[in-house]
Amino acid sequence: MQAGTTVDTIIQTRNVSVYYGEKRAVSNINMDIERNSVTAFIGPSGCGKSTLLRSLNRMNDLVPNCRVTGSIVVDGIEVNSDKINIEGLRQVVGMVFQRANPFFKSIYENIAFAPRFHGMRDKRELDEVVERSLRKAALWDEVKDRLHESALSLSGGQQQRLCIARAIAMQPTILLLDEPASALDPISTMKIEELVLELKEEYTIVIVTHNLHQAARISDKTAFFLMGELVEMNDTSKIFTAPENKKTEDYISGRFG
Amino acid sequence: MRAKVLDRTATVVLTLIALLIVGTLVGLLGFILSQGWHKLTLDFLTSAPDIVNAGGGVGPQLFNSIYLLVLTMLIALPLGIGAGIYMAEYAPDNKFTQFIRLSIEVLSSLPSIVVGLFGLLVFVNMTGWGYSLLSGALALTVFNFPLLVRITEDALRNVPRSQKEASLALGITKWRTIVSVILPAALPGIITGVILASGRVFGEAAALLFTAGMSSPNLNFTDFSLNSPTSPLNPFRPAETLAVHIWKVNSEGLTPDARDVADGAAAILVLAVLLFNLGARWFGSWLYKKMTSGTN
Repeated sequence: MQAGTTVDTIIQTRNVSVYYGEKRAVSNINMDIERNSVTAFIGPSGCGKSTLLRSLNRMNDLVPNCRVTGSIVVDGIEVNSDKINIEGLRQVVGMVFQRANPFFKSIYENIAFAPRFHGMRDKRELDEVVERSLRKAALWDEVKDRLHESALSLSGGQQQRLCIARAIAMQPTILLLDEPASALDPISTMKIEELVLELKEEYTIVIVTHNLHQAARISDKTAFFLMGELVEMNDTSKIFTAPENKKTEDYISGRFG
Repeated sequence: MRAKVLDRTATVVLTLIALLIVGTLVGLLGFILSQGWHKLTLDFLTSAPDIVNAGGGVGPQLFNSIYLLVLTMLIALPLGIGAGIYMAEYAPDNKFTQFIRLSIEVLSSLPSIVVGLFGLLVFVNMTGWGYSLLSGALALTVFNFPLLVRITEDALRNVPRSQKEASLALGITKWRTIVSVILPAALPGIITGVILASGRVFGEAAALLFTAGMSSPNLNFTDFSLNSPTSPLNPFRPAETLAVHIWKVNSEGLTPDARDVADGAAAILVLAVLLFNLGARWFGSWLYKKMTSGTN
């Protein structure tokens, strides 16, 4: 594990465990994530990487009988506490899901919905947010003439980029991506990866992925999980060339998982 | 070989069943409409019934049916949809919720005449309103509430969970997520439920005999105050609906053209339900489009 004393840490977890009922899905995770970096969570299915990701913005609250213990500090605020303003947290920590889930609304409305809810009423201001977000998500040119058509008329890859645009419209500091390209074709996947590399300039990105090549291509740091435990976390180049742990080596060389 | 024969037999049998259903429907509608067709005149639709002479109409009854539907929906929709939202989004999975569910199911299996007698006891006598539109509307609310709750709950549960996650992950509150994301997506299902419930309101007679009553005062269609006894809008006046009128004319009508009046009224009732269905469907799909891809 990194000592990381001089870096600007934006997410810090200490002894984080997640339980589904009696079953422990994530055990004693301690990790530090740097500001404006891309961190990849890798590991076989059921290793707890998505579960950990979802505790960073309290999405596990939706799961009945799910309990998170330990400390998660995001941008100086303790997340795992009853006192936290969950709606406020989720504005700072945006999320994109495995399956594109645009609202059953127009393309425009998919993006404008949340800013409007959070108090932005001015039509011109909303128009700007919509355009800026779509441009950042590299979708503007494809949809600018059909903003008021249903978002469901877009292709799968476009829908996922719309979901990314929707998340960045809230101007979060952190973006959580839960296997955002696993349901997409190679070209759409490539576009999402390019997007992640661009977004890294402005956001801290945590991405869960099953695709090791993807982790190697786009992340600065990689965290390898196995059976709910964090086996190894280090610079991505290090993990993929000279892992310290035997299990990590076995996994990335395709011996299991 | 056997499988193939079985397959073909099943196809034929199921097609026959479908044809039987369609045939029955077409036959029934055709019969009712052909029997009542000649009564579909403006005069019949607008004039008041006559107790002893031939030539009376069903104007007040038609109006009563529609007005009662509006009143019932004004009461039943907020209750039914509210309860449906509670059951789908808020109710914890425990014994109490199971008890609520059981109660709703029992309520939905009550025969309508029992609901009518309950209405007589509570909404007519205990309230002291006498036979009135409001008593009828409340009885019909009891009658339709379980259906509306069930349909709303199902429609909400059928909206993909990912929609809810997407909204909550943007820092939207639960209530706003339900109102602005889940309800619009569930709208087609809810509209279907409202149409079903409305059809039952139009066609219901037993629950209304002792609540809305079997008579209608002489209505003055130029008087729209809410408290005048001859005002059509007064919710505290008795109001015989079309369905009740058909039953009454058929069983105790004194006029020489009683049969004719019943036939005409039946045709009008069927047409009204049909028109209402089509209208509600059109309105529903318009609303769905507006809410799901419009800018507001």
